[in-house]
Amino acid sequence: MNIAVLLKQVPDTEARLKIRDGSVDHTDVKMVPNPFDEFAVEEAIRIREKSGSGQVTIYCLGQEKAKEAVKWAFSVGADQGFLLKDPAFDNSDLLGAAKVLAAALKKEHYDLILCGKQAVDDDAGQVAQAVAELLDLPHVGTVHKMELSEDKKSVVCYRDFEGGVEVVQSSLPAVISAEKGLNEVRYASLKGIMAAKKKSLVEMDLAALGLSAADIGAAGAQLEIRGLEMPPVRAAGKIIDGASPQEKVANLVKLLREEAKVI
Amino acid sequence: MVNFTLSDEQKALQELARDFAQKEIKPIAAEYDESEKHPQHIIDKAYELGLMNLSIPEEYGGGGLGYFENCLVGEELAAACSGISTIPMASSLATTPLCLAGTPEQLKKYLAPFCAGPSIAAFCLTEPGAGSDAGSVTTTAELKGDTYVLNGRKCFITNGGISKLYTVFASTDRSKGLKGLSAFIVPADLPGVSAGKKENKMGQRASTTTDMIFEDVEVPAANLLGKEGEGFKLAMMTLDSARAAMASAAVGVARSAMEIAANYMKERVQFGKPIAVQQGLQFMLADMAIKIEGARLLAWQAAWMSDNKMRMSYQAAIAKCYAGDIAMQVTTDAVQILGGYGYMKDYPIEKLMRDAKLMQIYEGTNQIQRVVISRTLLQ
Repeated sequence: MNIAVLLKQVPDTEARLKIRDGSVDHTDVKMVPNPFDEFAVEEAIRIREKSGSGQVTIYCLGQEKAKEAVKWAFSVGADQGFLLKDPAFDNSDLLGAAKVLAAALKKEHYDLILCGKQAVDDDAGQVAQAVAELLDLPHVGTVHKMELSEDKKSVVCYRDFEGGVEVVQSSLPAVISAEKGLNEVRYASLKGIMAAKKKSLVEMDLAALGLSAADIGAAGAQLEIRGLEMPPVRAAGKIIDGASPQEKVANLVKLLREEAKVI
Repeated sequence: MVNFTLSDEQKALQELARDFAQKEIKPIAAEYDESEKHPQHIIDKAYELGLMNLSIPEEYGGGGLGYFENCLVGEELAAACSGISTIPMASSLATTPLCLAGTPEQLKKYLAPFCAGPSIAAFCLTEPGAGSDAGSVTTTAELKGDTYVLNGRKCFITNGGISKLYTVFASTDRSKGLKGLSAFIVPADLPGVSAGKKENKMGQRASTTTDMIFEDVEVPAANLLGKEGEGFKLAMMTLDSARAAMASAAVGVARSAMEIAANYMKERVQFGKPIAVQQGLQFMLADMAIKIEGARLLAWQAAWMSDNKMRMSYQAAIAKCYAGDIAMQVTTDAVQILGGYGYMKDYPIEKLMRDAKLMQIYEGTNQIQRVVISRTLLQ
């Protein structure tokens, strides 16, 4: 089976971020493979291992530094990868990002396209769906379990919803986005790290993808980010006073109504 | 050409070691320290990931990397638990003489099968009467036909009783003192090889330390490493190469201690403020960082020199001595910063202080390191 995995490099969730010129400043910030995409990479490798043949190909839209994320994927077993890199791709909105990815994916035939349900930097969770739409493929999201059919032509996916589990069957090819719990991501091994050196990582730019700069990047963005702020600093908690529990409750209700204005 | 940056592969290896150490070793460190259990499952997993036998040549099943990579991995594993990290480190100490002096036949016969699974080895030099004074070894190896018969008792042997292979230093000629020492490959299953009881140690308690007893052990003459009388030289070359990794382990312990202290300073409130505002403590923290950065670079330099086949006894001794000493200083200061809580076993810092102490003692006491250093200067 030929499987493509969409991988994004994001800031480490524990990193302290700063905002500069209206966007998040990545200077000196530790960048990591998007955790949800890691589940996708792991699942792809498991499927390839089980089927005994096929390739796992990584697609990563990013800057030069994002190569580290692709190398990580190589070190756990992905076979080859593409870094989609071009100044024209910068500042794409979600649809723009999807257009770039779809243009790259279109060049090959994939039986299955996997990715994480969302990237942990913007938590948007829309690119997978948009890519599926652009490739005219079905999409199943937030999947925590998937079972390929014997003939590899369809897949049964399990996804949580409030109060239960939805079981969805889709024909293949399809785009499936991974939820936490899909699998446990393996460690790289020394062997894998050394093998990663030799795996093919090809850069693709605007021309290689046959896209027009007007369609993507800042030029093609349909979403405009007007502001980006750090969340307000958490104020110290307030201990509610009162001579009795009833009085404390009354004081609390008063504050919730008049100060917090939530009731 | 000096370069302080790591290659992509080195970075990835360091990340792997850190990930593994933090996820698998750190959570069990306190339990294994208390119980002195041997963490075989950690060794098995480390082996699977390729983190063992890093500097053994690939053709015998090792990682084919250098002592530098040993340092990178060693620091990470030790940062999680130096008792546990001492197991592969001491094992490497035992296999190094084979890598330095083993013939292709010896390597094929012993090293290749060793590397084919999660095996452990032990370096057997120290005796009750022969610590720093290696020349006073009384374990004898008497040549009888094509066999050396080993008799004697070693003590304080890390990985004693749980090893597949023992590298034993015995005297083939007591009259020659140091120059009468020879090194032997002693498989654990030879009749007459036995381990004493497990020592009850102050720190690094997940590491198994025992006496090793050799009673009329018949070692094939083909198991002699190098020539008779070359044992001491081989032991010293081995220790030189290993000292860089040991220094890195000390850096790992110190680094963890500093991190614990820094985090505590931010959280602990006294006099209405986090104690992190106290300059006295800030200065203690800064001094910790200065020592750690320095020790790390000394270890790296010694390892790099070793990998580039340069003579490095001097640098190795400096690295090991300094790193061991600062690990003790840093962990002691870290306990101090945590105050009363630092003294309680509920908190992870007192273990680091107990662990650090051994680093001033084993693999050549820091006094012996100073002998090596001053000897070089006074030549």
